[in-house]
Amino acid sequence: MQLMHYLTLAAILFSIGFYGLLTRRNAIALLMSLELMFNAVNINLVALNRFVTPRDFTGQIFAIFVIVIAAAEATIGLAIVILIYRNWHSIDADRINLLKW
Amino acid sequence: MLDKAFLIPFLPLAAFVVIIFFTHRREKFSSGLAIAMMAAAWVMSIICLIEMLSYHGEHPYQLQQAFDVVNLPGFRLEMGVLIDSLTAIMLIVVTTVSLMVHIYSLGYMHGDIRFSRFFAYLSLFTFAMLGLVVANNFFLIFIFWELVGLTSYLLIGFWYEKKSASDAGKKAFITTKVGDLGFLVGLMMMGMFLGTFNYLEVFEKISAGQMSGGLLTAMAIFIFCGAVGKSAQVPLHVWLPDAMEGPTPVSALIHAATMVAAGVFLVARCMTIFMASPEAALTVATIGMVTSFFAATIALVQNDIKRILAYSTLSQLGYMIMALGLGGYTAGTFHLLTHAFFKALLFLGAGSVIHAVHTNDIQEMGGLSGKMRTTTITFVIASLSIAGIFPLSGFWSKDEIIATAAKHPAFLVASLAVAFMTAFYMFRLCFLTFYGAPRDQHKFDHAHESPRSMTWPLVFLAVLSVVAGWVGIPWLAHGYSSFVYHGEPHHAKPEILLMVVSTVVALSGIGLAYLMYYRRAISADAMARRFQPIYTLLYRKYYVDEVYDVIIIKPVHALARFLWSFDVNVIDGLVNLQATVTLRLAAAKQWFDEYIVDGLVNGIGLVTGAASSALRLVQTGRLANYLLVVLFGLIVIGLLSTTDLLNWVFMGVGIQ
Amino acid sequence: MMEAMVFYLFAFLIVISALAVVTLRNIFHCALFLILCLFSVAGVYVLLHAEFLAVVQVLLYVGAVAILMIFAIMLTSKLAGREIQMTNEQTFLGLFLSFVLLFGLVYALRGTLFRIVAEGPPPQSTLQIGRLLMTDYVLPFELVSVLLLAALIGAIVIARQEGN
Repeated sequence: MQLMHYLTLAAILFSIGFYGLLTRRNAIALLMSLELMFNAVNINLVALNRFVTPRDFTGQIFAIFVIVIAAAEATIGLAIVILIYRNWHSIDADRINLLKW
Repeated sequence: MLDKAFLIPFLPLAAFVVIIFFTHRREKFSSGLAIAMMAAAWVMSIICLIEMLSYHGEHPYQLQQAFDVVNLPGFRLEMGVLIDSLTAIMLIVVTTVSLMVHIYSLGYMHGDIRFSRFFAYLSLFTFAMLGLVVANNFFLIFIFWELVGLTSYLLIGFWYEKKSASDAGKKAFITTKVGDLGFLVGLMMMGMFLGTFNYLEVFEKISAGQMSGGLLTAMAIFIFCGAVGKSAQVPLHVWLPDAMEGPTPVSALIHAATMVAAGVFLVARCMTIFMASPEAALTVATIGMVTSFFAATIALVQNDIKRILAYSTLSQLGYMIMALGLGGYTAGTFHLLTHAFFKALLFLGAGSVIHAVHTNDIQEMGGLSGKMRTTTITFVIASLSIAGIFPLSGFWSKDEIIATAAKHPAFLVASLAVAFMTAFYMFRLCFLTFYGAPRDQHKFDHAHESPRSMTWPLVFLAVLSVVAGWVGIPWLAHGYSSFVYHGEPHHAKPEILLMVVSTVVALSGIGLAYLMYYRRAISADAMARRFQPIYTLLYRKYYVDEVYDVIIIKPVHALARFLWSFDVNVIDGLVNLQATVTLRLAAAKQWFDEYIVDGLVNGIGLVTGAASSALRLVQTGRLANYLLVVLFGLIVIGLLSTTDLLNWVFMGVGIQ
Repeated sequence: MMEAMVFYLFAFLIVISALAVVTLRNIFHCALFLILCLFSVAGVYVLLHAEFLAVVQVLLYVGAVAILMIFAIMLTSKLAGREIQMTNEQTFLGLFLSFVLLFGLVYALRGTLFRIVAEGPPPQSTLQIGRLLMTDYVLPFELVSVLLLAALIGAIVIARQEGN
């Protein structure tokens, strides 16, 4: 398959994740949308690595790092969500508005 | 001695200084000192006169001693003395009368709380008067002129607790000051046109004709103004009658013999000037005549013993001035000499009477001859003298004057009329005071003769009133007229006719008084009623004081009030206005500061607050909103980057 | 030919599961579909000759992150109780923007000239990757290790119970 297919796939996945990020109320759902976006980025990286610089594995290594960091970030994010739940008994993102004026 | 004559004034001055600064509280010592100094001065004056009389030189004796105080090219001030026959005569007059007054005051002022000060003032006055007569230049005489004015103010208003006394002092000072202004203008003219103030130089220049015509007349008249003020001629006579508020010795000294004589002395001194200007001389003579007639008419109807004598003085001064104006240097100064003595005697005698009966009103007196022998006799002698009865001194001097006036018919008639009136009112005074039945029994019972210190001067002066005139007897070879003269000595021809006429006039005056007031043959009251309007006019002194009050006093007061109100309302008003304006301005500025400036500042704050209130609504606190906005912006930028817009915004027009 | 079909299969799975993740009401279902999506992405990696990465993806993402999410879901949602509303009021705007994004990206991609190389990838990529990690990219490798450590500790600190 051609590069453009992979890139278009990545774009679609990214947009879906984007939509989820903007729309969902559940905090965990937000994190999941974020994971989708990360995955789209990874597909992009790997595809470009495969078609533009096959000998050089920079893209893949970059993707590894993205995954690792995404994992770390998911950990922290979920820890925070649990903490919020413990205090408010809700993880509705619309209700978490302490920064409101 | 004559070359030390300049020391004479300093003797009473020393007495004044010592009394005022040191011996104020020791009354006996102060009065003793004053009298001693005065006596010394008197003796020195006599010696000077004798020396001068025994001087036989080609020209009449004249000694000038002076030194320059200021000697600049255009201006020369000297201090010095000029001793000549006139000076010698004046020295005698002043020191004699002053000494008599000093002695008299021992008794009269006894018990007064300011006893020492009185003697100090007397001494100061005498110093001023003596300085006046010995001065050798007009500037110096003016200084002493003013000093005499000052001391007369002090002496007239001596009993200043009485308002009438202090008012009289003020009146004297101010009225003579008016005359002094004229004198000053005359002096300024002299300085301007003649360039010198020294007597001898001035007279020389005038005789040489350096000043002429109108200017000379004007200057002469201005100088005469000083004499008009000091010698109380019309129209500046108003202060003299009021000056009777002072103690009687003061009246005797100042208003009989000395201060008023200063004017006569001045005219005599300036004879050269007046003779050089016929118009001025005529003015002088006319004023003198008018004054003497005017004053004599008033004296006819007055009831205050001192007032009568005051108007009499005015009248006699007028006589002297008139004589001088008509060229009678000898006559005028001769009368000055004799008048000094008998007028002083009259005043001192009046003082004695007042002291005895405690009233000035002659209508309340009567029959005092029995109780006060010495006073009566001396008083009558003086009255005869002033009336001009042979062979008393007054007869000779008055005759000289009438002789001088004889050349001018109008003046002759006036002089004789005045002589008649003089005799009449003097003897009215005598008869009412000393003879007849006492009108006030109570006062009569308390009357007594005065102490020795008061009667002794009376006697001495009475003697002088008789003999002093004998130096001027026309038949004398070396009489007064060969001693004191202007120009050439003239031996007065005895005018028998005039002597007889004047004696008749005088005797008829006395006779009328005798009929009216002694024998009561003619009723004074009936006459007064018949001539009511004239009587009232005379009694009220021709209403001169009232006229002056309306014309001068009231307008000046009104002006003063106006200026005061101007000052308070306008000037102070302006100041206050400025203050008010400043206050208003400050208030306005404060308002401005508070509402506009602060308002602006507060407004900015408010606007910021309002804006923030509006803007903070953006902070919903919701993650989703934030994400939306951020990602929205991201997309916008992403889209914009596909165009040239961002490049244009950030890097300017014309991107390659 | 085969490759294309596999690709389209995986692509279809990815897209559908992604859509499910962002739209389903039940959060648990979303998590399950997320796992499916992640698996599919791993498949795509294999297609791209990135085997090591595929395995890492499965191990880490599915094995750790997704499980973690499920745990979190378990801990925080009341599965039996009232459920949270799924979407907020920004749906319209979000949809619009997503489409804008999509079109923009596609447009940008189409307009870009990629320098495609014809040769294929070398075999034994794992070895090469390992070698690169230890030599050229050792620093990021170490840093990421530290980051994980920090994340670990941070998560413990954040989420621990009071009084422990």
